[in-house]
Amino acid sequence: MANIVSDVICPFCGTLCDDIEVELSDDGKKILEVYHACAIGAEKILHSQADDRITRPRMQQDDGTWNDVSYDEAAKYTAQILCDAKKPLMYGWSSTSCEAQSVGHEIAEAVGGIVDNTATVCHGPSLIAVQDVGLPTCTLGEAMNRADRVVFWGCNPAHAHPRHMSRYSIYPRGFFTGKGSKSRKVVVIDPRVTDTASLADAHLQVEQGRDYELLSALRVAFRNEKLPDVVAGIPKARIYEAAELLKSGRFVIIYFGMGVTQSLGKNHNIDIAIAVTRDLNDFTKASIMPMRGHYNVTGSGEVLGWEFGFPFSVDLSRGFARYNPGETSSNELLVRDEVDAAFVIGSDPGAHFPISSVQKIAKLPSVAIDPHLTPTTAVCKLHVPVAFVGVEVGGCAYRMDNVPIECRKIVDPPEGVLTDQEFLEKVLAEVRKYKGV
Amino acid sequence: MAEYLIKNGFVFDPVQGINGDTKDIAIKDGKIVESVGSGAKEIDAAGKTVMAGGVDIHAHVAGPKVNVGRIFRPEDKNLAPWDVARGVRRMAGGFSIPTTYRTGYKYAEMGYTTVMEAAMPPFFAKHVHEEMRDTPIVDQGAYPVFGNNWFVLEYLKDKEIENTAAYIAWLLRMTRGFAVKNVNPGGTEAWGWGLNCTTINDPVPYFDITPAEIVTGLIEANEYLGLPHCMHVHGNNLGNPGNYETTLDTLKLAEGYKAKNNFGREQVLHHTHIQFHSYGGTGWGSFESKGQEIADYVNSQQNISCDIGFVTLDETTTMTADGPFEHHLCELNHLKWANVDVEIETGSGVVPYVYSPDIFVCGIQWAIGLEIALLANDHMRFHMTTDHPNAGPFTRYPRVMKWLMSAQARDEIYAGMKHEDKVRDRTTLGSIDRELTLYEIAQMTRAGPAQTLGLSHMYGSLAPGLDGDVAVYDYNPETASDPELIESAFSNAAYLFKQGELIINEGEIVSNGNKRTLWVDVKTNENAQLQRDITLKFNKFYTVTEKNYEVYAHHYVPNPYVIEIDATQ
Repeated sequence: MANIVSDVICPFCGTLCDDIEVELSDDGKKILEVYHACAIGAEKILHSQADDRITRPRMQQDDGTWNDVSYDEAAKYTAQILCDAKKPLMYGWSSTSCEAQSVGHEIAEAVGGIVDNTATVCHGPSLIAVQDVGLPTCTLGEAMNRADRVVFWGCNPAHAHPRHMSRYSIYPRGFFTGKGSKSRKVVVIDPRVTDTASLADAHLQVEQGRDYELLSALRVAFRNEKLPDVVAGIPKARIYEAAELLKSGRFVIIYFGMGVTQSLGKNHNIDIAIAVTRDLNDFTKASIMPMRGHYNVTGSGEVLGWEFGFPFSVDLSRGFARYNPGETSSNELLVRDEVDAAFVIGSDPGAHFPISSVQKIAKLPSVAIDPHLTPTTAVCKLHVPVAFVGVEVGGCAYRMDNVPIECRKIVDPPEGVLTDQEFLEKVLAEVRKYKGV
Repeated sequence: MAEYLIKNGFVFDPVQGINGDTKDIAIKDGKIVESVGSGAKEIDAAGKTVMAGGVDIHAHVAGPKVNVGRIFRPEDKNLAPWDVARGVRRMAGGFSIPTTYRTGYKYAEMGYTTVMEAAMPPFFAKHVHEEMRDTPIVDQGAYPVFGNNWFVLEYLKDKEIENTAAYIAWLLRMTRGFAVKNVNPGGTEAWGWGLNCTTINDPVPYFDITPAEIVTGLIEANEYLGLPHCMHVHGNNLGNPGNYETTLDTLKLAEGYKAKNNFGREQVLHHTHIQFHSYGGTGWGSFESKGQEIADYVNSQQNISCDIGFVTLDETTTMTADGPFEHHLCELNHLKWANVDVEIETGSGVVPYVYSPDIFVCGIQWAIGLEIALLANDHMRFHMTTDHPNAGPFTRYPRVMKWLMSAQARDEIYAGMKHEDKVRDRTTLGSIDRELTLYEIAQMTRAGPAQTLGLSHMYGSLAPGLDGDVAVYDYNPETASDPELIESAFSNAAYLFKQGELIINEGEIVSNGNKRTLWVDVKTNENAQLQRDITLKFNKFYTVTEKNYEVYAHHYVPNPYVIEIDATQ
């Protein structure tokens, strides 16, 4: 009989599917097949078995070659660069467990670091908007069971969150939405004709960078006030039509992504999207939800929230927590040469930050803690490979709707490979030794 | 473990009837004992007040909505200075929604050793436990919410008490929960459609059950299981003028029920933050106190208790599983509004609020809380809370004590109000000159809540055999005359022991203790229908699988204290 592990949580995106099944070899050591996951998720889980996987920490030499070092030496080096720095940047956190984040924060507190997560280049503007105007939201199941109007604004789940539509938003038959996709009207707002847009009942092809105007026009249309003939490239008749479609729903859910958070207007786009949601609550029930990317970026914000009161860009260098995105956020700090060491865990700024920032990381004393080989590990002085959270070790992660789910361990990590948490605990011990605590 | 002898303090322990007598309190092996050997470490408590560790029956201190408050209110961090890390202490900040570390430290500094998280959305139970784990020193438990849960609505519609009870037992185990919480019964489910239930007879949309049926059904299920705590209700129609009638209707539902449990608890219904439910008038213009009517009713019924929810006149953050109320509030004050509806189970909302002494409604709210507490005739059933952070932060308990113990301190607040006359006119507080004693304060803050929680065998008294939770305050009841001394002394315990361990020594926190998470594990008979319904709900209407629902991993509840109950008979 096949050796199947069920109810596995996929550690890839914020959809955090928890119905994955993984087939193991009879001895339970090898992953043979991954069922139910999307192509990206399956690949991530299978990738832990790659033959060329790095299993020992490595230091980069001056000539660009790598020397293996022990985890103890790696922990010592990490502690030393963090303690020696006046203002170390500790970035990432979004692809690791909350338990590892918690240990990392203790290190940051001891060394006076900056703790920033991937929201800084992703949904940071959403968080700033939430701090301005709040957030009427719900869990994904609430939307599945009730929503008959579904809006995707500046996001393309068909590619970025592949199972979102089948698990939560368009197709599932919920309690009050028993006819599945037939129970729902789907509106997509995107300048591109995406694969998600092709599924929409209405696609408003907004002019790029004009989201604020269109959202504002919707608020006008809700109130039956006059609109110009064309707003953001959309004829007014279509805007009135869309407003009526939303108002006539029993439950509206708006999902939004990087198309609005990182385009012209940034947090102001989200401000007004939230205002649209508030407006809709005068007519019917409405919720709005950011489509968070990394599987545990939400968790990073939560843990930072209860430990320091802020969700990202937290500066602990003065002995208390400060938060001022634009000043205490990673790219600004790097570009201004304000940080003197770089510590990266569970993310890949090498691939996602502007090249000017990556060049700064390359010049700093630096460490990257990541099971994969990435552009970041290539430029850091020390690469510490660790076990895959959600494959080789459990741990808590928060879905995009803030629902905590305990990841499942499927197989053992390669012999001798530590988990994030174990390695960070070693670093913390070294930091304490170094500081004489 | 070290032995301690706390010598010559003025001891207040209502459970043993000790009212300020000079006595020694001995601690050994984590417990209070009759006597200790000559090697015991002596604490000189002469001229000081000694009480059992405080017990908070209702505070929102951990979990998703508290963290929504922290995250969406960066400005709250500017309302109080940060504490830097020192000694055993982590960095700590925030005012109305402090970080978990500050929550633990501040409670300890007030001499509190047990704090109950008042509303745990079961779906988010892991989050609640993670935050409680990171809250040092105090023992904690959390109340999962049941009053809008589809299982409960469906079972109670058909009057299926046994199935409801079996579900409660199952959910307490899945979430590592402590008690049955019931917030705006039916109203939060109605909020799923943007509606509400504002009386106990409004039918819940689709489920076709009334709040009254939910309240009585949960009382019956609670007593069927014999849980330590009784059904803990936040009634319908919170915060609205004229809502005292709904409150009386809700309280009257408990008439005729008798508590059945092995924990010495006599109540079957605990009504929380009753101040918010004691309003008269037909609109905000005619807003007035009905505190007297409410206090009279609670006084007359032995089988109910309440906590007050004192308004402290601060800028704070309101948060509740009463989703429709928070929407209503944001329409009133036009501040930012967060809302989270939770599939199958519940909902919640968060809105900042400024209780200004210049606004007469806020003034009356302030007066109502004090009025109810001063009209109470049995303070074992009227507990100290601010419904933290809804009516004010828990860090204001010592200030509330000052107001309760000093008519002069109350007059000073009145004098600072813009509409003093109107506030005096619409409440009876001004005509009450009663000043509570430390004995009554000890009833409100430890003995009473411990008994209502069914934990009087552990907490709330200094009787030998109980947990070694003892607070020593630098307050001399024989000589102190300035009411300000009450606030400062009860904000800064001189010594605190938790389970016999010295936590605060001469005003300094010296240990993070060994905090425990209390939860209730009830054994019930196998229930095939419940198992069928659970499987169905998880297969079709939940977005996590049944196997991924339970709070099971060690890192959520690293130090559990499990209260086991056998309800199979």
